[in-house]
Amino acid sequence: MSSENDKDGQPETTESHGDEKPLSKDEAKKFYEEKGIDFSPDAPINPRPVPEFEKSISDKISSKFGPKITVDYVRAHRIRVSTKKEDILSVAQFIRDELGYDHAESVAGVDYPDSKEIEVVYHLGSYTDEKLASQVLALATRVPREEIPNPGKDSSRMTSLREVFYSVEFHERECFEMFGVFFEGHPDNRRLLLPEDWADIPPFRKDFKIKGR
Amino acid sequence: MTTQLPPGISLEKVDDRIMTLNVGPQHPGSGHMRLIIKVDGDYIVSCDPDPGYVHRGEEKMAEYRNYIQNIPHLERPVIHDSSNILYPYCLAVEDLLGIEVPERAKYIRVIAAELNRCIYTLYWLAIYGIFLGHSTMFMWPAGDRELFIDLLEAMSGARVTHAYLVPGGIRNDLPANFEERCLRQVNYFEKRIKEYEAIFYQNPILKSRTEGTGILSRTDAIRLGTTGSVLRASGIDFDIRKKEPYDVYENLDFETVVMKEGDSYARSYVPYLEMFESCRIIRDALSKMPKSGSVRTKLKPNPKGGNEEVFKRVESGRGALGYYIVSNNRPEPYRVKISVGSFRNLICMPYLLKGELLGNMPSVYWSLNYWPVEADR
Repeated sequence: MSSENDKDGQPETTESHGDEKPLSKDEAKKFYEEKGIDFSPDAPINPRPVPEFEKSISDKISSKFGPKITVDYVRAHRIRVSTKKEDILSVAQFIRDELGYDHAESVAGVDYPDSKEIEVVYHLGSYTDEKLASQVLALATRVPREEIPNPGKDSSRMTSLREVFYSVEFHERECFEMFGVFFEGHPDNRRLLLPEDWADIPPFRKDFKIKGR
Repeated sequence: MTTQLPPGISLEKVDDRIMTLNVGPQHPGSGHMRLIIKVDGDYIVSCDPDPGYVHRGEEKMAEYRNYIQNIPHLERPVIHDSSNILYPYCLAVEDLLGIEVPERAKYIRVIAAELNRCIYTLYWLAIYGIFLGHSTMFMWPAGDRELFIDLLEAMSGARVTHAYLVPGGIRNDLPANFEERCLRQVNYFEKRIKEYEAIFYQNPILKSRTEGTGILSRTDAIRLGTTGSVLRASGIDFDIRKKEPYDVYENLDFETVVMKEGDSYARSYVPYLEMFESCRIIRDALSKMPKSGSVRTKLKPNPKGGNEEVFKRVESGRGALGYYIVSNNRPEPYRVKISVGSFRNLICMPYLLKGELLGNMPSVYWSLNYWPVEADR
């Protein structure tokens, strides 16, 4: 194992993958302890360091809102914050006014049929603040998911962030047609990409299957 | 006399002054999308963009295929910028699977991405020229594109859909004598596109049609969340290659092109000037590239992403291009969201076209660097 020191801490390339003899359990444990890698089974697959600047931003949000929000992860250039759908407007306003994020990169829906929820993730960025230029903040919330969707009329609804971030207008329209999440306060909740005569369930839900797959 | 209408169909009262025009979705003037324009005489009263004519559900398809099978179909939205649309996907999958990319592959990826950016820009410039009635500007870029298409064909084996970038590096190494050939063609290309300046950008007719039309102010550009050349033509110095450098862009010598005017002319001039920067990047990357070494890290067969998510973005020919991938310990991604520059710039259209002359519609529309197929995904 002393030959590892010659590589200046560079991670091993998987160039010779499959050719080496696997380490025994004790050898592997020693190997990872020498490298300072967490060997416990519940450690994440790619352990990532927590950068300071990103931590300071997430600390500002947590000190303001406390238990109302959850910081899911803080990584280099990326922060993810989840909140309840009732609080998302105030959190978004804080993020815009106090932290300096000024536009939305994307609004993504993610369908979770097992927990009967649809997650809506806003990726926010900043053009005005030089320090935040490399940062993307993900603001996530979950709305209830109906077994039989009825877009616009069922309980899958949340407050639109268009008042706060003007740029979400078309992204929210896409999320509405693809997942059936209705955005209250959005001035123009029409379909965008789907044809006008689309008469099926919102297609990006997991229960919409592609034919032949 | 009242006629019995079939159910589901209603008649709309037509204003005798305002006329509604459908521009598209099959008319080549709009690309494959529809603009519902209301005109009062020659002036546009309102514009309602209606994308989706070429919506293919790339994001849904990606949920059914594993990380390697997804490569060829994810480049379909922009076939002439295929390296740039695969770039963030590769970065995201490498992050998910914890793969290190060899140094030489990083440089070759940058070269492929910059060649592709030039190919895309020339294609767009050709269409911009023909829709302003300048047919020479259609022929020249369409011909000069072939130079770089040939280079990428030598690299990857395919003319337009390269699928050259893969998670872990690139598909295959460069052919023999590629460096000399690339350098020679880049030098010629740079000399050649300087001629566009005199025939197109200094043309008084073009200037009269584009200068001062469709002005997007700096504040509006930020508020509407525009990206790419639209943003930089409105005076905001933002390029992801500079602000959040990926692969080896931080080692390379280039500058961001920024203009203040925010009109159609500036929006069409910025991508042109960026081609010179692309040439600089390619030359610099060729000189700094390791001359030999591995170009692809082997992946495990059918690799599984962990239980996590990743958002990666790059600067494409049309602005920021981001991939948001959610993985759940399966060989297939759980959800892929592609955030594309064209879709983000779509929101400008109602703002820029309102109050504009109908005749200025093509110059404003195409200056947005909008690619309908990419916006629809």
